[in-house]
Amino acid sequence: MDSVIHDIGASSQVQSAVVPQTKAGTHNERLLRPGRIRKGIRRERFFKKTLSFTGLMIILIVFGILATLFYQSLPAIQSLGARFFWSSTWNPVENIFGALPFLVGTLITSFLALIISVPFSIAIAVFLGEYFPKGGFSNFIKNTIDLIAAVPSVIFGFWGFFVLVPIIRILEMKFGIMPNGVGLFSASLILAIMIIPYAASLGTTMIRMVPASLKEGAYALGATRWEVLRKVIVPYSKSGLFAGILLSLGRAIGETMAVTMLIGNANFLPKSIFSPGNTMASVIANEFTEADHPIYVSALIEMGLFLFLVTFVINLIGKKIIKRATSNNG
Amino acid sequence: MNDRLKLRIFKNKAMQGVIIALTFLCVLPLAFILIYIIKSGITAINWDFITNIPKPVGETGGGVANALLGTLIIIVVATVIAVPIGILCGVYLSENKKSKIAYWASVCVDILQGVPSIVIGIVAYFWIVRPMGGFSALSGSIALAIMMFPIIIRSTEETLKLIPDSLKEAAYALGMPTHKVILKVIVPCGFSGIISGVMLSVARIAGETAPLLFTAFGNPFIETNLLKPMQSLPLLIFNYATSSYKDWQNLAWGASLVLLVFVLALNLLTKLMTRKWKVQL
Repeated sequence: MDSVIHDIGASSQVQSAVVPQTKAGTHNERLLRPGRIRKGIRRERFFKKTLSFTGLMIILIVFGILATLFYQSLPAIQSLGARFFWSSTWNPVENIFGALPFLVGTLITSFLALIISVPFSIAIAVFLGEYFPKGGFSNFIKNTIDLIAAVPSVIFGFWGFFVLVPIIRILEMKFGIMPNGVGLFSASLILAIMIIPYAASLGTTMIRMVPASLKEGAYALGATRWEVLRKVIVPYSKSGLFAGILLSLGRAIGETMAVTMLIGNANFLPKSIFSPGNTMASVIANEFTEADHPIYVSALIEMGLFLFLVTFVINLIGKKIIKRATSNNG
Repeated sequence: MNDRLKLRIFKNKAMQGVIIALTFLCVLPLAFILIYIIKSGITAINWDFITNIPKPVGETGGGVANALLGTLIIIVVATVIAVPIGILCGVYLSENKKSKIAYWASVCVDILQGVPSIVIGIVAYFWIVRPMGGFSALSGSIALAIMMFPIIIRSTEETLKLIPDSLKEAAYALGMPTHKVILKVIVPCGFSGIISGVMLSVARIAGETAPLLFTAFGNPFIETNLLKPMQSLPLLIFNYATSSYKDWQNLAWGASLVLLVFVLALNLLTKLMTRKWKVQL
């Protein structure tokens, strides 16, 4: 801001009657010299070009990512074809690549994580949006939930491996299941903890956007708080809540490190939710640097491409819903 | 009071209880993780931990000096790459709302935000590691910089939206060229918002492991050359956590504590900053 004030001072000086006379002419004349103006215009153009260049760069990066993934996965697409998605054998030694176990693993872990996390995230959204919208206490809860989103995924994995897995192993022994500890269920549990903050914070925003007049009307008719919640607030903000859940699903699908550490890394079709498995992201993390055959690498990248496209579509739908919900209400 | 009313009141109370209980249950994991990591990590941290590199299997002691230094270098280089481009792009998006490029750039920022980090790792591998002929810290930094872009761009854009037009108009009325208006009036006004966006993005990438697996790769020794593989805290945690050597596990706990404290402190600082300056992200 200093510079603005300085510039204001400078220009008022120019306007004043006493213009300092120097060898090169008045201050005004110097400012208006053609060379100087040209230089100013050049700078201006350069700056505007730089700005639009950065915009262009972001577009190029995204298309570059897509193009690279597609180009690199071409060998696998050509040689494996559609078999890639329904074959369940993954045998790099004999160059047989079927991604079905990883598709199933991703599907199970993300949806299980979603099922576990939805009641919690909606409860938090209601808690912060309706029951305790203000005050130090709700701030404390909100900050804590936000901090969960900030914990690095590898630390969740590490903690899960040493705390969650032994607990689950004991439980599995109690119920007479093969006590692996690691497996789809452990991975889903840690995923659920990790994605709750996303759905919760979006849900809170959506619930806070419900017009007060609607709620007051319902209260005036004698509805209890729960009835207002169930019959007014949730129906009104359901598309926003749904979008939050979709966005957290997008996160769960692409989440890598915590899942890789807890899922058990078994390249076969999981028999139950307690058996070890693998997701698309975790198999890429595990095998990419070991892949020695062009088709092997390419098959892993095809999975990356698929991951990219799936999260892209999910995010797109989620953001569309949010945009519509916020523009309707605001 | 009839029974129906009693039931309604009971239901109301019960559901309130359920919602409060579920909310508290969500706070628990963070508390557990914090306590557990502090408890396990604090014993690992001593002078050796900061100044030494990991000892080979069988020898006790050793530290994570290489990973600390590596993380620092990788993050700083990523920030240096991402901040100027990110801020300029944010300015561009907030200034040229009607242009076609800005529209598509905005769409692309949304897409980039959702790209799984492992995919960015793969792409960085093909863009930088392959052409340069080996794993390098630089490729890791670039991968992380790509992940920082969306956060910086969005926070810059959102901050600049809040700056009143009158300020800009006043500057234009004084005859300032556009680049001066932007660099000397608009950006300084939104400085706190932009800085907190940058801090958030650093906090977000500091713990990223997946993109580093195929780029920075890890290195058991101290390395300062950007073109060589470099160790970082997340990679060290991932590699040492599941090893069966107690010493290495202890190093991983210590590293987790350091990383967690760093990330959470950055987040809290950002929150305090945004509250103080009343900038919303």
